Amino acid sequence: MNKILGMGVVAATASLLAGAVQADKWSDQFPHIKNTGDIPGECSYDAMSQKDYSGQKLTINTHAVPVMGEPTALHAEQFSTLTGAEVSVIHTPAGDLYSKAMVPFQSGQSPYDIVFGFSNFIRDWKQYLEPVPAKYVNMRQMQDVTQSHIDVNSWDGEMIQFPIDGDRHYLKYRKDVIDNPEYQAKYKAETGKELRVPQTWKEYGEMAAFFNGWDWDNDGELEYGSAEVMKKDDLMFAAFFSRSVAYAKNPRTPGGYFFDLETMEPLINGPGFVEALTDWVAATKYVPPGGINFGLGDEINSFGGGQTLFSFSWDDAFVAAMQDDSAIKNKVGAAPLPGSDRVWNRVSGAWEDEYNQAPYIVWGWTAAVAKQSKNHDMAFDYLCFFANDANHQADIAIGRFGVNPFKKSDFVPELYVERQGWDPEIAKQYADTLMEMEEGSTNRVFPLRIPGVFQFNSAIATGTSKALAGQLSPQEALDEVAAEWKKIVKRIGKDVVREAYAVGVALEDNLE
Amino acid sequence: MNFKHKYLFLLPGLLVLLGILIFPIGFTVRLSLSSWDSFFPGLDFIGLENYIRLFTDDLRFWEAFLRLSFLSITTVFLQYVIGFALALMVWQEIRFQRFFRVLFLIPMMTTPVIMTVIWRTFFHESLGPVNDFFSLFGMTPLWLSDEHLALVTVIIVEVWQWTPFMFLLMLAGLLSLPKEPFLAASIDGAGPIRKFVYVTFPLMAPISIGAIIIRLIEASKIMDTVYVLTSGGPGTSTETSSFYIFIKGLREFQFGYSAALSFTYLIIMIISLTVIAKILVKLMIRSN
Repeated sequence: MNKILGMGVVAATASLLAGAVQADKWSDQFPHIKNTGDIPGECSYDAMSQKDYSGQKLTINTHAVPVMGEPTALHAEQFSTLTGAEVSVIHTPAGDLYSKAMVPFQSGQSPYDIVFGFSNFIRDWKQYLEPVPAKYVNMRQMQDVTQSHIDVNSWDGEMIQFPIDGDRHYLKYRKDVIDNPEYQAKYKAETGKELRVPQTWKEYGEMAAFFNGWDWDNDGELEYGSAEVMKKDDLMFAAFFSRSVAYAKNPRTPGGYFFDLETMEPLINGPGFVEALTDWVAATKYVPPGGINFGLGDEINSFGGGQTLFSFSWDDAFVAAMQDDSAIKNKVGAAPLPGSDRVWNRVSGAWEDEYNQAPYIVWGWTAAVAKQSKNHDMAFDYLCFFANDANHQADIAIGRFGVNPFKKSDFVPELYVERQGWDPEIAKQYADTLMEMEEGSTNRVFPLRIPGVFQFNSAIATGTSKALAGQLSPQEALDEVAAEWKKIVKRIGKDVVREAYAVGVALEDNLE
Repeated sequence: MNFKHKYLFLLPGLLVLLGILIFPIGFTVRLSLSSWDSFFPGLDFIGLENYIRLFTDDLRFWEAFLRLSFLSITTVFLQYVIGFALALMVWQEIRFQRFFRVLFLIPMMTTPVIMTVIWRTFFHESLGPVNDFFSLFGMTPLWLSDEHLALVTVIIVEVWQWTPFMFLLMLAGLLSLPKEPFLAASIDGAGPIRKFVYVTFPLMAPISIGAIIIRLIEASKIMDTVYVLTSGGPGTSTETSSFYIFIKGLREFQFGYSAALSFTYLIIMIISLTVIAKILVKLMIRSN
C-alpha cells in the first residue's frame, strides 16, 4: 500500500515539476501560476473555464489581507474571470472570524456562501455547514491530501471543511549555529554537553539560555534564545500544547489527552502539563526583551529576522526565514518538536523514564460552505479551484499568503530546491520533518474540537499567561484552568462534550 | 382648549428613543436571563443564574473592574491637569498661539487603534525606538511585558490620546470667562497664582466637572488601547471590564453571560458616576 502511495506521490510530483517548464495560455493570462502553468485536474483553470456562473453571486467571508485574505481575493478574481461569477470577498480580522459567521448562523441568516476560519471551529460550526460532496472527496486532487489533514477537516469520517491549508507545529533552528564546529566546541567546553538539534525541551532550554543575549552571528546586534507565541489570547494556548505533548501524551494511556474520556475530568493540571508550563515559565528568561508579549507576527519577525536561535509554531517563521529577501536564507533547519526524557502515565500515576515525542497536528486555516447558501455548486467549485495544484504550488511559495503544505506531493524536496532556491539538505530536512509528522507518527495530538472550544482555549490562555507573568505558580495556574474547564463542561453538559471529544480521541488513539 | 393632540407630536421622538435606547437595554436584560452561547443559541430562560455566577464565581470581572477604576481615575486626572495647563498656556497671548492650539489637538484627531499600533511599535521592547534610547543608558524597560509597567504604558497612551479633548473643553471654558473678575483681581493686586486659585479655577469649576465626567464615562469604556497594546496581559494585569466583557461575549461567545456582565456594569457605572459628580460638585463648587 505504501509502495503504491509512494508511486502516486512520485507521479504527482513529476507532473508538477514537469509543469514548471510548460508555459501555457493560462499562465500568460494569470501570471500567478507562471512557474507551473495550469496543471490538469478536476478544478484546474481549464476545467473552471468550462463552467458558466454568469449572473450568479458568491459571497466569501475571509481573513484580512495578506494571510489567507490575499489568496482568497486573488483566486476570487481568477474564478470570476474564468466562470463569469460575481465574487464578493469580505475581509475580517482573525479574532472575529468565528463570531462573524456564528451570529448569522445562529439567527438563520446566510450572508456568506463561504466562510473561512480555523479547523477547530468544526464542532461549533458543523451543523451550519454543508458537507463536502462525494465528487470532491473522491477526486484526484483530494486523494493527494495527507490523512492528517483529511482528519482535521472531517467530523466522524464526514468531510465538513475543504482542505486549503496545512498546519502543524515544528521546531525551527539556526542551522549555521547548531552545526558550527566552533560553537559546538564552545558549548561542550562550557556545559559538557553536545550542541545538536535539541531532542528534548530541557536541551532546548539549555541551548537557548546559552545562546541568549550575545551577538553569535556577528551582525553587531544581540541575539536571543527563542521566539515563541506568549501573548495572551494570541494563539498562545497552541504554543503551550506544543510544549506539553511530549510530557503528557503517553502512547500507552489511550483515552484522552485533554480529558479522561471516561470521566471527563480535565487532565490539564496533571504533572505532565505542569512540567511543560514550568519549562515555559523558564523560557521567559531566554526570549528577546518583551518576548512575553510576542504574538505570531512578532515570532515570525523575530526568528525570520535572525534574532533568535530557536522558534516553534506554524510554518510561517520558517518560510519567512527562507524567502529570497531574508538575511538567513538557507541558514535555518526544521526538525520535529523536541520530546522529553520522561512522560507522565496518568493511569499508574507515575513518571515513565523513557524518551517520548508527539507531533501536535495543530489547527489551521480552512474554509467551508454554508448550509443555507443557495450556491453550493459554485461555492465548492471555488474552494476546489482555490486549492488546485497550480494555485497551491504558487501559494505555498509566498510566505505572506499563509498557505502551507498539506498535500503528499508537497513533501518532495526538489520542489523547494528548484522553485524556491532552497539548499537541498534543508529542503530534504523540511520535507522529511513535515511528512513524518503527518504520516509517520502514531502518537499524534489533535486540537480540541469540542462545543464551546473558545471557552476552553480562553481559560488555558488566561491561566498560562498568569504563570508566565509570575502571577501564579504553574501548578496554581493549571489548577485554575482545570477548575474553569470543569465549570464549562458542567454548563455545556458532560455527555455532549464527551461525545464530541471522543471523535478527536479516536484519531489520537489511531482507532480509525 | 384641549391640547391633548400635542402628545401626538411627541410620538416620533418617543418611538426613536424606544428604538435606540430602551429596546437594546431591554433586549440585553432579556439576554442576560438566558444561557445563549455557541452551543445553545436562543433565548431560553434560566432566571438569575448568570447574575449569581457573576456575584459568586467571577473574581476576574471584579479585579478587572478595580483595575478599570484605577486606570480611569488616573488617566482622567492626568488629562485634566495637563489639558488645563495647556489651555492656560495658549489662553495667554503667546507667539504662534494658533499653531499651538491646532498642534495640541492633533492626537485627538488620529484614529485610536492606528495610533495604538504605532505606540506598540514605539514601546516594543526589543525592536522599538523607545528602548533604543533607553539602551544608551544600559536600560531595557519592559513596557509591555512587566505587569506594572504595562499598566503605565496604557496610561501613557490614553493620556496622550485624550488630553487634547480636555484641552479643548478647558480652552473653550477659559475663552468664555468674563473679563471683569480678572480686572478686579488685578486692581486688588493679585498675582498670577492668586488669580488662578481665587478667580480662574472657581470660575472654571462647572465646566471642569462636566469635562471630567464626560472623560470618565469615555475612559470607563477603555478597550481598543488595551486590546492592541497588551491584549489584557501580561497575565490579566491590564484587563479592564469592557475588555473582559468583550472576551466573554465575542471571543468565547457566551452571549447570555456577557449580557449579564454588561447590564451589571451599566448599573455600577450609573451609580458611581452619579456619586462622583456629587463629590466633585461638593469639592469644586461648594467649597469655593
